[in-house]
Amino acid sequence: MSERRTIKVDYLARVEGEGALDVLIENGIVQDVKLKIFEPPRFFEAFLRGRSYSEAPDITARICGICPVAYQMSAVHAMEDACGVRVDGPLRALRRLLYCGEWIESHALHVYMLHAPDFLGRHSVVELAKDHPEVVERGLRLKKAGNAIVALLGGREIHPINVRVGGFYKIPPSDEFDALARQLEIALEDAHATLSWVTTFDFPDFEVDYEFVALRHPDEYPFNEGRIVSSHGVDIAAQDYHEHFEEVHVEHSTALHCRLKDRGFYHVGPLARYALNSDKLSPGAKQAATRAGLDHVCTNPFRSIVVRAVETIHACEEALRVLANLERPDRPYVDVPVRAATGYGATEAPRGLLHHTYRIGADGSIESARIIPPTSQNQATIEDDLRRFVAPRIALPDDQLQWQCEQAVRNYDPCISCSTHFLKLNVVRR
Amino acid sequence: MKNTRPKLAVWKFASCDGCQLSLLDCEDELLAVAGAIEIAMFPEASSAMVEGPYDVSLVEGSITTPHDAERIHEVRAQSGTLITIGACATAGGIQALRNFADVEEFTRAVYASPEYIDTLGQSTPIADHVQVDFELRGCPIDKGQLLEVLSAFLNRRKPRIPSHSVCVECKRRGTVCVMVAQGSACLGPVTHAGCGALCPTYDRACFGCFGPTERANSASLTEWWRRELGVPEPDVGRAYHTFNTWAEPFRSAGDTKDTQR
Repeated sequence: MSERRTIKVDYLARVEGEGALDVLIENGIVQDVKLKIFEPPRFFEAFLRGRSYSEAPDITARICGICPVAYQMSAVHAMEDACGVRVDGPLRALRRLLYCGEWIESHALHVYMLHAPDFLGRHSVVELAKDHPEVVERGLRLKKAGNAIVALLGGREIHPINVRVGGFYKIPPSDEFDALARQLEIALEDAHATLSWVTTFDFPDFEVDYEFVALRHPDEYPFNEGRIVSSHGVDIAAQDYHEHFEEVHVEHSTALHCRLKDRGFYHVGPLARYALNSDKLSPGAKQAATRAGLDHVCTNPFRSIVVRAVETIHACEEALRVLANLERPDRPYVDVPVRAATGYGATEAPRGLLHHTYRIGADGSIESARIIPPTSQNQATIEDDLRRFVAPRIALPDDQLQWQCEQAVRNYDPCISCSTHFLKLNVVRR
Repeated sequence: MKNTRPKLAVWKFASCDGCQLSLLDCEDELLAVAGAIEIAMFPEASSAMVEGPYDVSLVEGSITTPHDAERIHEVRAQSGTLITIGACATAGGIQALRNFADVEEFTRAVYASPEYIDTLGQSTPIADHVQVDFELRGCPIDKGQLLEVLSAFLNRRKPRIPSHSVCVECKRRGTVCVMVAQGSACLGPVTHAGCGALCPTYDRACFGCFGPTERANSASLTEWWRRELGVPEPDVGRAYHTFNTWAEPFRSAGDTKDTQR
């Protein structure tokens, strides 16, 4: 007689967007793992056609309320690439500062509100605050500091209004940057305390030999630019992405998965960035990573929370460095004369590589758009993690196994709202 | 005391998650809110899902699938007060741009296997489907306004959410008019207040995140743009057709023949 067990999570909590999880175990063997996405399609790439190139940052920001800066940054870089313009100097530095803000805000959100409750057996940050108010207050303060950067330079935390192709609409007054630096000094202390805190968590024994994919830049830990590299030898410009990567319709899941051509799935996000760039971390973040017991490569996805904490320290130090060396640009933006061309932009969203491709006409209107968000690149990897993770833990009772499976999904901080590339699967809802 | 706290639920339909994130972005107030209200159902923030009914529901997102068109009725049935948050829930969101296009063509353009996509031809606001008790505008909403609406609910009073235009906010802040001074095509005169006239303070024309204000005279504004600023026809259409494209009068004002394919 065959024994059939199904671990079902009808509505994944503490992820951004709507998803579900099914694990089918038959006779002690994991038969199927499905990370189901029922986020309704919103058709950004379709309605971007006919819009002006200048609208791309404002419109694509609306793909994701958690990481709008990432969408704005990939969009402006792609448009500038199409038009043959390079934004450098103080404007480039200010874009890095803005991205630091989003990393701090988004990492703090994930570490404290979405992921830490898993390790501590709590359902939410509010529950966590009952026993550890000072810890939660620290997390909120850290998150607020990241948001303060985005609010100052972007105008507001969610869907900033100050980003344009070529730079910014306005550079905020200098004294407001000074106040920001004081807030970030405290945030840096909070980020160190965050790292000390998450290193005390218990991590399941689980290592995977991933192919890591991230940007790499000769001088800096990557935010806005760099070559797309992998732990298994990829080293290409953003312009060559589509020659090496593809989105395929996988039979077993009816979902579009991103994969490296002829090779298969890969891993983007903090673990990948760290594995490929740990030598470029700020001095304080580098030392902190060593103190936290991280090697140069971390292949346990449950420890991504530790790497996020290290990256948060880096983002605070980098933001302070930018602020300390801040020169006011002569103008808030450079002119970007349009031409008929195709442009590519790849930046590091908090959750990983975010690639945009646009073809624009001579009048600057968008003829085609392709957006590859990090979570669609990680989807096949998440399912593979679950297959590997469940197999040796089949003896666990259902509720415990379910909790750990959900946690394994949340390792990726999946942002399902960035759903432009997800297909609807066969979903059962209660 | 604990059991007498009102129960709050947060629901998501087609959206970017940004408006519900606004609640988590209330870093200084979140724990106080959680003390005054039982956050009973908020899947983005908690894996504890307490069953309904709920005293107040915050609804984010628009209706775009047959399943969601049914689900919103279940949400309504379980909710005492239902408040929609953001442009998707109050106006259909940017995804309502499909309403002017052929959704099957859209599906083929984005997805390799269109047969797996189950979607409606239109993206519609929540109020098209069920009774809504209060609509909070914005793409995204303003978190200060969200707190005001929640405290108004707690104290059983009407929320103090002004319904005048962005122009009034500019005047209050003493911001120089970007349309008069710079000749920028600004939507401020027809856009609902709520952002604090953010864009003009950043030397940028308002682009309508909060949707049309009451009695918005878009015909007059459009005429001004054309005659005085020489704004080309496609730009006029695109300006009205963003996050609140399906809300009148933006819907008709932007429906110029050149703007949509």
